[in-house]
Amino acid sequence: MSKQIQPNLFGSQKFQKKLSVAIRLVIAVFLILFAIFPVLWIISASFDNSNSLATQSLIPAQAGLKNYQRLFNMDPNFAFSDLSYWRWLFNSVKVSGISTLLSLALTTMAAYAFSRLRFAGRVTLLKAILLIQVFPNLLALIAIYVIIFQFGEIIPALGLNTHAGLIMVYLGGSMGMNIWLMKGFLDTIPRAIDESGMVDGASNFQIFWGLLLPLLRPILVVIGILSFIGTYGDFILARILLTDVNQYTLMVGLQIFTAGQFDKKWGVFAAGALLGALPVMITYLTLQDQIAGGLTAGAVKE
Amino acid sequence: MATTAGQAKRFQASSESPLSVLLRVALIVFFDAGAAWFIQKALVQDFIQLAIVIGIITLMFNLIFLLPKAYPFRWMAFGLGFLILFTIYPMVFTIYIAFTNYGDGHLLTKDQAIPLIEKIKYLPEGGASYSWTAYKSPDGKYALWLVDPDGNSFLCKQDEPIIAAKPGDPGVGAADSKGIPASVEGYERLNKLLAASDKTLPDIKFGTEDGITVQISTPSLASALQVRYKYDLASDTVVDQENGDIYLNERGTFTTKDGKTIKPGFREVVGLENFVNFLTSPALRGPLVTIMVWNFVFPTISVLSTFSLGLAIAIMYNDKDFPLKKLIRTLLLIPYTIPSVITILIWRGMLNTEFGVINRILNDMFGWAPPWTVEAFWARVAVLLVNLWLGFPYMMLVTSGALQSIPSDLYEAATIDGAGGWRRFTAITLPLLLVAVGPLLIASFVFNFNNFGLIYLFIGGGPPIAGASTQAGYTDILISYVYNLAFASSGRGVQYGLASAISIVLFFIVGSITLFQYRYTRMWEEVSENV
Repeated sequence: MSKQIQPNLFGSQKFQKKLSVAIRLVIAVFLILFAIFPVLWIISASFDNSNSLATQSLIPAQAGLKNYQRLFNMDPNFAFSDLSYWRWLFNSVKVSGISTLLSLALTTMAAYAFSRLRFAGRVTLLKAILLIQVFPNLLALIAIYVIIFQFGEIIPALGLNTHAGLIMVYLGGSMGMNIWLMKGFLDTIPRAIDESGMVDGASNFQIFWGLLLPLLRPILVVIGILSFIGTYGDFILARILLTDVNQYTLMVGLQIFTAGQFDKKWGVFAAGALLGALPVMITYLTLQDQIAGGLTAGAVKE
Repeated sequence: MATTAGQAKRFQASSESPLSVLLRVALIVFFDAGAAWFIQKALVQDFIQLAIVIGIITLMFNLIFLLPKAYPFRWMAFGLGFLILFTIYPMVFTIYIAFTNYGDGHLLTKDQAIPLIEKIKYLPEGGASYSWTAYKSPDGKYALWLVDPDGNSFLCKQDEPIIAAKPGDPGVGAADSKGIPASVEGYERLNKLLAASDKTLPDIKFGTEDGITVQISTPSLASALQVRYKYDLASDTVVDQENGDIYLNERGTFTTKDGKTIKPGFREVVGLENFVNFLTSPALRGPLVTIMVWNFVFPTISVLSTFSLGLAIAIMYNDKDFPLKKLIRTLLLIPYTIPSVITILIWRGMLNTEFGVINRILNDMFGWAPPWTVEAFWARVAVLLVNLWLGFPYMMLVTSGALQSIPSDLYEAATIDGAGGWRRFTAITLPLLLVAVGPLLIASFVFNFNNFGLIYLFIGGGPPIAGASTQAGYTDILISYVYNLAFASSGRGVQYGLASAISIVLFFIVGSITLFQYRYTRMWEEVSENV
């Protein structure tokens, strides 16, 4: 439009550019609305005392903290016997925390061997580990269920409905990509550092623990956070392996709101969903640059 | 090779202290003891496969921790152990299950099922041998006083073993004129008429399964039950002692020629039956074709839509000096930062056909709103919409990263050659971008191919396909169908065998797509090169 009507005016180029920016800003508003509407909606729902899907509006008619009280079983008029929110949150943090720490330990040590030691079958084994992880353990769901059941028949503390059993399964699936990432970072640390340690007569483990691990700390934190969030958000393994409401993780627990009359528990669900999502959201947004780096490190290489 | 040898020497050269050797051996001894205990327990329970896997892992640990040459593997022993136990073994076990009839009615092994079958008893005609008197406790439990033809008397309380007893024994009252105790501690004697008209009494089997079992056969007589079935190992058949019927082992169920069966059945290898069923059974074929087609349509559209939107955003806001760039990016990233389980459930509420906010708005504006959860078409649209919301920020992240790596002089050269904006996009941006993010698109396809969480949490696979013999819906993909078969038993009960067979089909599809991806990227060569 600008080009046809005012072709000769000084600054038409500039005007065109401004117009383009303006149009893109308007589009951005719509895109942002699309992106954050569910979040706004759930925030509003969590403060809407009516607790109902059918009557909720963006600005709650009866605003208040009732839903949060109900979520923590502080409202005697709200009967939802299976609700134990703190317990679920605690279970989630416990399971994800332990799995993350253990899997970091296992993968970092393995990555050290792949990066620093030379042994027959090294490349083959690394390829094999990567190849195996092609198949998500979701596909072997039934077998995993049966195996954990059998474990439980022998050692009840590792069986169905135990967190230890679930953690073991998470550990089994944690090797592949993380070893690959970690080995990549270890490879960037100069060998001279190892050699300086060797000259001083340090053992491999002393070099790993005393010299390399401190240098790995930033990447350990990023991989650790990603892995924690991943486990925290897992649904299906927890869903099939945990059978008792008190053992549920948060994701499994939130799902039971949808059973029966979801629309009558909407506000309480919203409060629970918001509390469960906020820590993860904040972590992501604060660390977005590091995380984006970690995400693309595997594939987009220059 | 020379380096390998030199390195190996160095492992030993970094000489271990005696304490460390001691610790290492102690660790292995401790581990072996635990493993031996575990394997023995597993064998008792008939978990043969599990015992073998633990055996293999134990052997591996011993080799790794005892052989000096295996030193580098000590760094990854536990990781490899978990990998074998919870990734490799489940795959192998899935393959095994796929060739069996494992599922409801066939949950036990043969060795577990036969003793159960041999415990089934029957009441023989004319085998009367006791006269009886009944007692009843206030909470509805029964007891019998039995006298056999030789005059020996027995007391049998419900669910307890039968014991020889005499009137006047501890807990047993004194004899009446006929030699029957007038009372039993905790029970009250029933008179003949009451006992004969009692409705539950004739059904109760007194005694325990392993010992003698007695049941009332007439108003005055009770008989010892006899074992009904005898298993013959040599011919692998079961003979009915009551009428002489012969039951043959038909794929894990003992069956007569005219089709009578004995429960429980047991797990048995049935060859390709599950795969044949998967491909040919008319009851399955209808829903399966629908599910298969959708299983490819869903990830294809998802990848295309998320990639297009993500790329459009990346291009629109790529200029370095675009106002509020950082803020826009952060806000658009929000869908990616919330655990998807939570957002899927939020969308489930928002797209509720009756009460959801989307439909309330649409109804106000147009007087009509799509029946998201009711009609197959709209359910699929809803799933795709939610997945677009979930997936575009990731695509935005990776494409904007890749866009920055395209050299700007390429665009300048193209502009000089007179290429317009669209031409520059199709000839430069898109091809170069696809090289960089192509593997990620394939990975995203594979992820959505098995996106169980979305389908299950958002809509549970619904709306249901009418006339399907097993639970199946129009938005079901294979993995959610597998879940229904294995865990959400409805009607036919759980079918681990068939579900595993479908999992194997999924293994193959996912495996071939990913292998293609590996060939396409340089990842594979990098593993080989980065020595």
